[in-house]
Amino acid sequence: MRRIYLDHIAGTPLHTDVVEAMLPYLKEKFGNPQSLHSFGQQALEAIEDARNKVAQLINAESSEIFYASSGSEANNFALKGFALAQRNKGKHIVLSSVEHQSILNAAKFLEKLGFTFSHIPVDKFGMIDPEDVQKAISKETILVSIMLANGEVGTIEPLAEIAEICRSRDVLLHTDAVDAVGNIPVDVKALGVDALSLAGNQFYGPKGSAALFIKKGRRILPFIDGGIQEGGRRAGTEDVPSIVGLGKAAELALLNMESRMGRIMALRDTLIMRLLESIEHTVLTGHPEMRLPHHASFCVEFVEGESMLLNLDMKGIALSSGSSCTSRALKASHVLLAMGIDHALAQSSLVFSLIDSTAPEDIVYLLEVFPPIIERLRKMSPLYTQYLEEKKK
Amino acid sequence: MYSDKVMDHFQNPRNVGTMDDADGIGQMGNPVCGDMMTFYIKVKDNRIDDVKFQTFGCGAAIAVSSMVSEMALGKTIEEAFQITNESVAEQLDGLPKNKLHCSNLGADALHKAIEDYQERQKAKENPAKVPEKSKDKESCYCPYCEGPIEGLENSCQRCHVEFEECPECQKPMNKKADECPHCGATKPRV
Repeated sequence: MRRIYLDHIAGTPLHTDVVEAMLPYLKEKFGNPQSLHSFGQQALEAIEDARNKVAQLINAESSEIFYASSGSEANNFALKGFALAQRNKGKHIVLSSVEHQSILNAAKFLEKLGFTFSHIPVDKFGMIDPEDVQKAISKETILVSIMLANGEVGTIEPLAEIAEICRSRDVLLHTDAVDAVGNIPVDVKALGVDALSLAGNQFYGPKGSAALFIKKGRRILPFIDGGIQEGGRRAGTEDVPSIVGLGKAAELALLNMESRMGRIMALRDTLIMRLLESIEHTVLTGHPEMRLPHHASFCVEFVEGESMLLNLDMKGIALSSGSSCTSRALKASHVLLAMGIDHALAQSSLVFSLIDSTAPEDIVYLLEVFPPIIERLRKMSPLYTQYLEEKKK
Repeated sequence: MYSDKVMDHFQNPRNVGTMDDADGIGQMGNPVCGDMMTFYIKVKDNRIDDVKFQTFGCGAAIAVSSMVSEMALGKTIEEAFQITNESVAEQLDGLPKNKLHCSNLGADALHKAIEDYQERQKAKENPAKVPEKSKDKESCYCPYCEGPIEGLENSCQRCHVEFEECPECQKPMNKKADECPHCGATKPRV
């Protein structure tokens, strides 16, 4: 059976060059970067070379890159590290209502320590109005954390404008750019952020590879106490193969950004257009233009997300309903609810996220098998029956 | 994630459909909790002669309703009332922990259809005493007392447990409890 992977947001496959770059560090180049002997120095060179590549991808200095084990860790590091370092200045933090769980739940932890939070609303496209950020900032505010792009609906937020506001109010700005970095051009200097989270598994690097950019001179509390790794801010023996993979993936992303984006966007646009044409009562979620190039998300009325996922999986097509986190929890996505989508419709969400190797034939196949699945599930749906009966009246 | 039996009933659900001349109709759940089921029954000589269902919901919800319909078919009214949530889950070779609530809906929707049938029978025998049909507000279940909750409430009306969202599965759990009854996650202590 044909197997088609359309779950970029859950993680991309490794690029062959990334695997090749990693292999020696899983084998003969196994040294600990902190060792003074040649084995160690070889590994140290490799992780510093990778740091340089990651820095180049986002136009940062390599000394501003701190490795982490996941986007979630980078987000926790930024939020908790900044909050605790700044707590004498104030205890108020501004977030958006569509942040990833690793921001929202880190905030719940900080709440128990006495920090308070404002959650900025979004419009029906999942877009934040920078004006609202301006209004939410008070004398007590020490930090704003707003994502660059949303993984569930693909919307890209107006971060440069938000950064300008934060600068003028002398408040730090962190952005969760996990879904964006490597897929769209990201320049920390042009954006004007103080910290940014990124993860390798969103751009063909390994899972478990991530980094936090921290602008030079910004005070942050160490996230893991221990040795001198990562400038003492994140102790623990480095995951050398993973870091090397992240570096290679960053290099490839920078090199191929334009061509990757152009190709994937054309396929994505076809998918959106054809799917909306072929299935009635389906809506695109997120912003129609300001969205990630690989991202197409929908709500298919009268049908529940998981039942669609399982049916598509049986046809060899892999994707997500909401975020990978909400699809197991099976609760209506907080992102869709924040956008004003009602509970019933939010249960019907699907995210198609394309990868580099997605072929035009894959989209053709998808559009062939998907409509009959929906027809079958709708025949089974009491909500659809209700709708048809009301239509008759 | 799911047993072979669940997947079989999900892929080939038995008795899907509606019924124009049903003797009883029962509906449980609503889209807010993610699952909704409607059961239709035909009764002949006190036996369930035909059963149809429609389900909006996850794989487990569809499999549960299919299994309930199969278990109910041919049973007497009394026997059909004996079908419990546990027996449905058991017949499906178990359900994942965070999906057990789906099996609640299945048996209850069937029971509701039977109650509807009984009410209609009573009404036929004694048309004067037709009881006002109670409006269905129940939707989700309290994970502690199985009482109905609206799905958006902060506490259970029946056992008065106060809820908060489980950080793991986001389902309602007792504010004071350490372990989530849905997914088994334990709360970190601060």
